[in-house]
Order: sequence, then structure tokens, then C-alpha cells
Amino acid sequence: MSTPLTGLPTLQVDWQTLLTVNLPALMLVVIGVPLVLAAYIVGADILVRRLPKRSQVSVRPWVWVGPAIVIVGVILVYPMFGTIFRSLFDRHGSTFVGLGNFTRLLTDGGILIVLRNNLLWLLLYPGLVLIFGLLLAVLADRVPYEKPVKSLIFMPLAISFVAMAIIWQFMYYYRPPDVAQTGTLNAIVVNLFHGQPQTWVQDTRYNNFALIFIGVWGATGFAMVILSAALKGIPGELLEAARVDGANELTVFRRIILPLMMPTIVVVGTTMVIFALKAFDVVYVMTAGNYNTDILARRMYAELYSAGNNANASTLAVILLLAVVPVLIFNLRQFRAVESRR
Amino acid sequence: MSVVVTTPVPTPTTSAPARRPKVRTERLSARASNAGLQVAVIALTLAWTVPTLGLLINSFRSGGAFNTSGWWTALAPPFKFTLDSYRHVLGASDLAPSFFNSFMITIPATIIPTAIAAFAAYAFSWMKFWGRDWIFLALVGLLAVPLQLTFIPLLTLAVHFGLTSGNTLPLGLNAGFLAIWIAHTGYGLPFSIYLLANFFRVLPQDLFESAEIDGAGPVTVFFRLILPLSVPAIASLVIFQFLWVWNDLLVALIYIGGTPEVAPLTVTLTNLVGSLGQNIQYLTAAAFVSMIVPLIVFFALQRYFVRGILAGSVKG
Repeated sequence: MSTPLTGLPTLQVDWQTLLTVNLPALMLVVIGVPLVLAAYIVGADILVRRLPKRSQVSVRPWVWVGPAIVIVGVILVYPMFGTIFRSLFDRHGSTFVGLGNFTRLLTDGGILIVLRNNLLWLLLYPGLVLIFGLLLAVLADRVPYEKPVKSLIFMPLAISFVAMAIIWQFMYYYRPPDVAQTGTLNAIVVNLFHGQPQTWVQDTRYNNFALIFIGVWGATGFAMVILSAALKGIPGELLEAARVDGANELTVFRRIILPLMMPTIVVVGTTMVIFALKAFDVVYVMTAGNYNTDILARRMYAELYSAGNNANASTLAVILLLAVVPVLIFNLRQFRAVESRR
Repeated sequence: MSVVVTTPVPTPTTSAPARRPKVRTERLSARASNAGLQVAVIALTLAWTVPTLGLLINSFRSGGAFNTSGWWTALAPPFKFTLDSYRHVLGASDLAPSFFNSFMITIPATIIPTAIAAFAAYAFSWMKFWGRDWIFLALVGLLAVPLQLTFIPLLTLAVHFGLTSGNTLPLGLNAGFLAIWIAHTGYGLPFSIYLLANFFRVLPQDLFESAEIDGAGPVTVFFRLILPLSVPAIASLVIFQFLWVWNDLLVALIYIGGTPEVAPLTVTLTNLVGSLGQNIQYLTAAAFVSMIVPLIVFFALQRYFVRGILAGSVKG
């Protein structure tokens, strides 16, 4: 009864290979990988113990941090400098062009829309996530069914951006005004408000907001959980005392809750800014960067794969890094401040 | 702490006759604001749940019904739910192999960084060595580096060492898997070390001292004391890394590209989005198949997960 799916890149399920080659490989990996890791640390320590007592103390730490430092060096640090280096050469990697790539890219009209969109993501995504997260943390704290509410709002965190994008395609689905709407949002617009159905994803007036909101929907639960924990850390007597003194709920929130939660809000906000800069999946799946919704991360991917232009791709990655630097410095300051209080 | 209703406290200066009605109106307004609160909470929760619920319902509807009416119409009788979409998607598409691929990528890409991060976090929190604080600080800084910055040099390296999905390693292992494990390990390490070091650091010091006096070496202390005491932190890290790798699209696209034999669910799903014009209803089932594993992990281990998030942020 199964009719073939139209337009599907069909690869018949090769159960034979799956069961005889891949499954044993997976089993081997599941058992073998932890064994190799344990053997490394035990074996290296036996070797260290053969050294004279004094050098044991100085060698041993490097046995423990060694693998992490080597991997981070190869996977993060080396490529970081490699990309910065590449951004200074032409697309064949042979001629040094200095900042030529940057000036050429930044004077190109197309990239300005990309930068504008990134700025929108950078402002709206952390802002809305914080507002909704804080609102939900404060409100859910006061109802008897707090747990299920929080679980449901937290749930999208377990869903991939690809699945989220599919979920929201059905929310934003457009059909002409003369037929029944099947998209949830347009059904509400048409049936409740007697409006015209909108092309949420294609209309350049608001499609960026539509995409950003998908991200907000996904991350709000994360912010809510952290902010809620901070909220519960505020001593109840403090709030009661203020209420006894006649402060209304809004004053209590503005004068006591908000200032005491500020450090946590800053941590969540910083995390969200980093997420906003790295945003890729939603735009990639929903619009592939069309209809003026492109962002740096997706454009870089396109330069790398569709255009095969390593110089442009590297330059875009460096622009992304430059945008992160202030956040990075802020992050480190925050971290050191917390460390010094320890 | 669950039901905090704002109980009005009468001010002592109010005279007796004026007092009674005032209290009553205040109580009434307190009840009204409580009702408002409940409405707000329920409305927000619904708004957050409806998108997923709509997709879930659509995934159990037949294609024809799906194309002509919204998912909410299926909630009224006569009920016509079917498993056709799931049968289709699991039987005829790439989804079954990519389900397997997702496990093949995610399990090692969770075990390796967690173990290596635990080793490093132990050294960072309980051993003294040259440059320790600066190296740790550099790791925290790397948390903010965009992954995109690493792709081109790493791809060049991967091609140089033959770690591309076109090659086969001993035991029939596709080389693309190894590349993606190493990549995810590198990307996951800064956060993992940060989280675990924060947790290890606050373990009671006298415990280790007495163990050392009893002649236990660092390996024994690590496996016998640190690991058992850190089960909550390690569990939350495992969930974190598992969800992050399972749901990842970008890293998979970069290192194994469009090769369907090694593509995880996210990549296959993205291809479906592009290719499934009229048969869009199968997409709903496909999305849910991809969500099953992370949702099970999430709901089963939610408590650890939340504790892990908090260990990394609020406590620090």
C-alpha cells in the first residue's frame, strides 16, 4: 500500500549492511571508546609513577589536562588563527590582499542586509528570551501547577532547530484567502480577527521577526529555568517585609526582585547573545537566506559550499569573531569577578 | 512557595468602621488578580505548547485531510487518525538508516568529551601546575568563539588525513564518523570542562586528604571518590552533550555534507523539507521520529538536566 514518496531522494533501507556492518561497529565503539579512555589515564599514571618523586608532581597534571589541551588546540585554536590568516588572502589563497576582502565585502550591498539581520537577531532574540523567561519565571512561581507548566515551556529545548522549523512552517503556513486556512496563525488572523492571511515567512516587512520568534520560542524555557532558580534564591522574608511595608507587587518586583536577579539576568543575556550570533539552522531550513532573511553564519556556509569561495567565507567568519569579541571580554570580566569573590 | 497570594495587611491607622469594607474589596481584588495570573500562565503555556501539539496531531492525519483543513478540525468527531505517515517515513525513506547514524554519531561524541573533560576538570580543580589559571581562563574565552571560524582549516586537515565520508577505516567504520566525533569533542570541551570544574571544586577537600593519607593515588581518588560524588553533574553534562549533538545540523552538514549513508536525522530531515512539495504531511511524522529520542532523554532526566544548567550558571 505504500506509494513512493514523490521527489524523495530514495535510498532503500539497506538492512543487511545496517545489521551486519554498522551495528557491530556501533557496539564496538560503545564498548571500545570508554575502554581506550580509561586505559589512557591508568596507563599514563603507571608511567608517571616510575619517575622520580619530584618530577611526578610536575608531570602528572599534564597527563590529565593533556588530551583536552591538544584537542582544543587542534579543533579550536589552530583553525581560529588559520581562518584569520586566510581572510587576508584572495580566493585562491595565493595573493596577499590585506584587508581587501573586508572592504570588498562590506561595500557589497547584499552583505549590509545580512548585517542588519544579524543586528536584529542580536537585539531581539536575547531581549525577548529574557522578557518571556522572566515573566514566566515570576508568574509560574505563583500557581500550584508550576512543575507541568515549566516542563511544557522547557520542552522545545530538547527539539532540534530543524524540527522546530518544521513545527513553525505549519504555524506560518499560507493559503489564499478564498480557501480554508490550515496554518494556525493565519487561521487565527482570518477567523478571529477577520484579517487577510499573511505570508509570514516571505513578506520582507516582518519575516525576520517571524524567524527570530522561532528561536525565542525554543530558548525561553532555558532562560525561565535559570531565572526561576535565582528567583527562588531570594529570601522570602525580604519580600514579605516589603509587602508588610505596603509595597505593591510591581514595586517589590522592580525594587527587590530585579536588582537581586541582575547577575543571573546578565549571565543568561550573554549566553543568548552568543546563541544569536551563532544562529544558523532556523534561517537555513526556513528560507535558505532568501527574502532578505540571510545572516552571517548562513551566508558563510553558502560561500564555503555553494560558491566555493574560501576568502569570502573566512572573512565572514572573522567578522563574526569581531562581533563576539566584546561579548568575550565581558564574559571573561564577569568570570574573573565571580572567581575573585570565591 | 507554590501559592503566593498577596494577602492584604490592614494598616493599624484605619478606623474600625471604615476597615471592614476595605478589607473585603482588597480580598476581592486579590482574588481577581489571582484569576488574572492563572489566565496569563495558562495562556502562555498554551501558546508554547500549541505549535508542537499541532504538528503531533497533523502527523496522525491522512494527507487529504491535512491539505484542506487545519489540525484543530481533527479534534472534533468523527475521529480519523492514522499511522500512514509514520509507516511511510520509516519504510521508504532514508529515515531508518539516519536514525542509526544519529546514534553512531551521538554516543561517542558524548562519551569522549565527557571523559576528557572530567580528566581535565580534575586537574584544574585539584592539582597545581604552571599556567593553570590562564589556561582555564582561555578555555572560558573559547566558549564564545563561533564554530564557523574553524571550518575551513579543519576541513583541510580532515581531507589531508583522509577523514572524509568517502573513506573507510578499519572495521568498516566510515571515516566521516571519526571526523565528526573529533569535531564535536573539540566544540564541546570548553563548556564541559567549565561545568565539571565548577562542580569538582566545591567537593569537600578533607575527603581527598584522608584518601591520600591512606595511600590512594590520583587515579584511585578520581575513579573511587570524584566520579561517584559527581554523578549529578556528569549526568547533566551527558544529557547536554547528547541533546546538542543529536540536534546538531551545522557540524554534520560541514563534516559529512550530503552523503546519505552517514547523514544523521537532522540532515535527512532538512533534505525532506526541501524535496517534499505536495507530500508535506510525511514531514510531520519525520519530525516526530527525530524528536522521539531527545524527548525521552529530556523527560526522563529533566531533573538532572536542570541541575546541570544551574551548576554552570547560577552557582558560578
